[in-house]
Amino acid sequence: MGRYLLRRLLQFVPVFLGTTFIVYTLVWAVPGDPFAGKCGERQCPDTFVSLMTERYGLNDPLVVQYFTYLGKVLTGNLGETFSGVSISEQLLNSAPITVRLAIVALLIQIVIGVVAGVVTGIRGRGYLDNLVLVSTLFLISLPTFVTGSVLQILLGVEWGIIDPTVSAQATWGELIVPGFVLGSISMAYVTRLTRTSITENKHADYVRTAIAKGQPGRRVVFVHLLRNSAIPVVTFLGTDLGSLMGGAIVTEGVFNINGIGGLIFRNIAEKEGVMVTTIVTLLVLVYLLMSLIVDLLYAVLDPRIRYD
Amino acid sequence: MGSKAVALTAAPLTIALVLTGCGGGGGGAPAGNATADATISIYGTNPPGNMLPANATDAGSAKMQEGLYSQLVGYGADDGRPFDQVAESITSADKKVYNVKLRKGWKFHDGTEVKAKNFVDAWNWGAYGPNAQLSATWFKQIDGFDDVYTKDPDGASGPQKPPTPASKTMKGLKVIGDHEFEITLKAPFSVFTTVIGYTPFAPLPDKFFADPEAFAKNPIGNGPLKFVSFTPNVEIRMTRNDEFPLDQKKVKFRNLVIKIYSQQEAAYKDLLSGQLDFIETLPPSAKAGGKYKTELGDRLLTAKLLSISTLTVPSYLPEYGSLDLRKAIALAVNRDQITKTVLADTYVPADGWVNDNIEGYEKGVCGEFCEYDPAKAKEYYARSGHSGKITIQSNSDGGRKEPLEAACNSIKNAIGVECTFVGATNFGEFRNIIDGSKLTGLGRSDWGADYAEIENFLNPLHRTGGSSNDSKTSNPQLDALLAQADATADRAEAIRLYQQAHRLLPTYFPSIPLWMERGVGARSDNLATATMSFKRRLEYASVTVKGNG
Amino acid sequence: MTDPGSVGGGGPALESFASAEVADLATTQSDERQRKPRSLWGDAWHQLRRKPMFAISAVIILVVVLMAAFPSLFTARPADYNNLDFASQPPSASAWFGYSFQGYDIWARAVHGARATLLVGFFATLLTVLIGSVMGIIAGFYGRLTDAFISRFGDVFAGLPFVLGAIVILTTFNPPGSEPSGTAVLIQVILSISVLSWPVSMRIMRSATIVAKQLDYVKAARALGASTRRIIFRHMLPNTVAPVLVYATIALGAFIAVEATLAYLGIGVRPPVVSWGVMINDGKDYVQTSPHELLFPAGLVTITVLAFVMLGDAVRDALDPKSR
Repeated sequence: MGRYLLRRLLQFVPVFLGTTFIVYTLVWAVPGDPFAGKCGERQCPDTFVSLMTERYGLNDPLVVQYFTYLGKVLTGNLGETFSGVSISEQLLNSAPITVRLAIVALLIQIVIGVVAGVVTGIRGRGYLDNLVLVSTLFLISLPTFVTGSVLQILLGVEWGIIDPTVSAQATWGELIVPGFVLGSISMAYVTRLTRTSITENKHADYVRTAIAKGQPGRRVVFVHLLRNSAIPVVTFLGTDLGSLMGGAIVTEGVFNINGIGGLIFRNIAEKEGVMVTTIVTLLVLVYLLMSLIVDLLYAVLDPRIRYD
Repeated sequence: MGSKAVALTAAPLTIALVLTGCGGGGGGAPAGNATADATISIYGTNPPGNMLPANATDAGSAKMQEGLYSQLVGYGADDGRPFDQVAESITSADKKVYNVKLRKGWKFHDGTEVKAKNFVDAWNWGAYGPNAQLSATWFKQIDGFDDVYTKDPDGASGPQKPPTPASKTMKGLKVIGDHEFEITLKAPFSVFTTVIGYTPFAPLPDKFFADPEAFAKNPIGNGPLKFVSFTPNVEIRMTRNDEFPLDQKKVKFRNLVIKIYSQQEAAYKDLLSGQLDFIETLPPSAKAGGKYKTELGDRLLTAKLLSISTLTVPSYLPEYGSLDLRKAIALAVNRDQITKTVLADTYVPADGWVNDNIEGYEKGVCGEFCEYDPAKAKEYYARSGHSGKITIQSNSDGGRKEPLEAACNSIKNAIGVECTFVGATNFGEFRNIIDGSKLTGLGRSDWGADYAEIENFLNPLHRTGGSSNDSKTSNPQLDALLAQADATADRAEAIRLYQQAHRLLPTYFPSIPLWMERGVGARSDNLATATMSFKRRLEYASVTVKGNG
Repeated sequence: MTDPGSVGGGGPALESFASAEVADLATTQSDERQRKPRSLWGDAWHQLRRKPMFAISAVIILVVVLMAAFPSLFTARPADYNNLDFASQPPSASAWFGYSFQGYDIWARAVHGARATLLVGFFATLLTVLIGSVMGIIAGFYGRLTDAFISRFGDVFAGLPFVLGAIVILTTFNPPGSEPSGTAVLIQVILSISVLSWPVSMRIMRSATIVAKQLDYVKAARALGASTRRIIFRHMLPNTVAPVLVYATIALGAFIAVEATLAYLGIGVRPPVVSWGVMINDGKDYVQTSPHELLFPAGLVTITVLAFVMLGDAVRDALDPKSR
């Protein structure tokens, strides 16, 4: 187990290098000039463009730029954006907020999605099952923008239960509604995956055995059925935390949350290579960490799976 | 400046009429302490630059700049006409040499006095090429500009750097005394006294020149509001400058918070629920079906924006070269209907290339060609010999796509030619296409005037090599008329010449006039009065906060 | 990495247990053979035909496919039929779904939009699941280095923001200003979605494979000397397909929405091609003033996805011997 963990952690290094390089290259493959849109409807002065290009070393070969970037990361000094704002400061402001938002969304998915999945899975087909299916699918086919603004209008503007936008501090409480909106996309997956898994397993021998042994229904569900049905669901949720963080662009925009989703979107358009690469790398690290946790959870959930 | 504001949001500008019963007349109600100490919050966007006056070309920074600095002249709230601000007088006999005298006792926020050298040094610094200020070319009229600003020999994308300029100062700027200086231009320029009210012409305190980088993070100005703090992507905070000497621009509230939003929708909802006090633009969903009219009631603000939206016809595309084709397209756009439906009355049809709120505007310069007439459009199209399809290009974000898609449909239905809207992912990419002369069809152009002069609708847009001459059209006759107008000292005569130049445009249609924006914005119930300026900004001095109750 | 205890052996206790299972399996198999020599798939088809859920979903899908193939059967108007005089009018006899704010006939547009929507939704899902499943099975089955490589590769792709990846891919193929044909754009959109989305299905398949690998019947098959290919296709695939199928049917809906995002950015399908995603996107600002512009296309997506989910459920039930 210890060796396995070490091996997995060592894998972070090549992945980190690979990702940073790919992303850095991609950012510069996006068409557009970082300085072209800065002068409104006018063409920017050549001098300005040349000097900025020079100052940020954008004329160097990509590989040189990449190693300069790596150097910056290793010394912990990411420098400034083209507009002269500290990159690390922006990241430190935004990242915790998005992490909180993603966790809230994940918890909401687990609470609503897993419960709905378990209930419909055990009950089998019927009115409730159909209701859950149709409503979760409807949430999927509505763009997040719509779910978000409808809730915002109703709860925020019409009924005054919440503030329409989230404050700069973005407390846990304020993030519940945005978290629900963000989580609603994946809710259908979680519900269906849980339901399917439960349906599959409820006729399994060990369940029948447990019931035959006279164990109480609750124990059968929670100890036997849930644990054995959890693997695909856990896999999905683990992968999803990363997507929730990176995919929060729309939700963050609707509720004016200062998170990394919006940050990355704006910076892609502005071609802030350093910023984008750093955020994406952080996201990939989250993925790596989550898949490690998920893999470790497999062994917990299914004792037959072992790591040496 | 051409305002990125306009580019990003939607439209152009001008006076703001305000509503509300609260009596118009001079000097609002003598505010009690509650309202004089109030904090107001307004909609903002994240400033993309470092916010030095010569580097701030976007709406996000402009809101801060406007409070932070006062230039030689200020612009009137309702008509944008210049009046002397820091300048006590600006005189010129020939419109080439200007003598400027400053008011005495006007102080920067750090207590030092605003002197002539603060202007001269700031302008020299802004223009100096190696300082790479976005607005450097604004100083190009001044004699000696070419000594401080050198062109890049191989263009922006080439590897070579522009050569280091020969001088750090422009010889056209001469300090005469603490409160007097002289500006000599390369050639007479009749509207120069209006131009110098624009942001890059702000004075900078001595402290700036010691350490520009540090200054940019904690700027000190001479305007009605002092800088407090800036949290990227979150907010800019400012507070009243109690020492501000000029009543006309003095503010009647204590603190200003410019809240940064990534989406107008969110800001608009904050406004509706009273969390935000002012927004100068409405999101598409509020405009939809004219919903904003009922939703806002008397909180609706309008402004006399100085804008013009056109379709650029690239001169480098031979397939669009036919004048008959250009006329056919102009005839085929149903401006009335599109401004009423898709644009929900926030725009009105254009009948020329100049905004109707500007001095010197003439009705119907575009004439019959800007009136929808499908039959005539077909006729002209048939004569043009054009075949194939017509495309309209623009960035598709920020509500840019919808009216142009409608225009395309209108052209399609009227002429029977295929017309498609081609979107670019963002403004930067679209600008790249234009700057690189890579348009493959008609291009969107939404121009918001930088200052209230008819000149600003002609020189930058239509003169050979103009900074926003996106069609890259060149017309010697027009160039000659404009040069003559620029050099004319008599204002009325200059305007007459500009009008003459304007009337040349329908003879070759370098662009096709579409519509003009009527700025709509909104204030919250917390404000008793608020005025939106011709630049689509909150006129800070116009704000009065409601007392409790 | 994930290297479930040396599969071959599996531990002595498990092994002895397995052999009992083998005997079991052998008897069941011979039983079935006596009843009727039907293949797994033949069996499934037999099951399917009797399910109402299958019939309903098949009919819905058939109708949508017909729309996609022969739009003129459903409407006489072209996709870009347009009259601003009718802007935002609610449903009426002349336009069943009403008019959009641009004056488009929403029904006509929806019918014509079915083709792009269905193509993108179906093929992007198919390709995503195909890439993901193959990678997932390989990773889960072989474990160790292979798994480490594939999994980390997937992590990188999963971490790439979709918008960034899609912009790069699609603008590389179609530099600004170029005018690619409708088909080319569709293919590129499908490819971009699949290339950027496969890691999720890879991970789901991989986890299912890791679990299945431990199961007795797989060990049994191995013990009986079955080839790797046979084990994967005959024994593991039918048992691991359920979770992926669930993902796939729902992903279909999500991809239709993704396609809308791309169109919005100006890099997806472009006029004159229409899709439901484009329509949803166009209608979103009007949800308060004329909700029909959003609800009709969104409803179509929901119904279509629902049909695919139901179909998926039915197929899975039919394939899964345990739930019979």
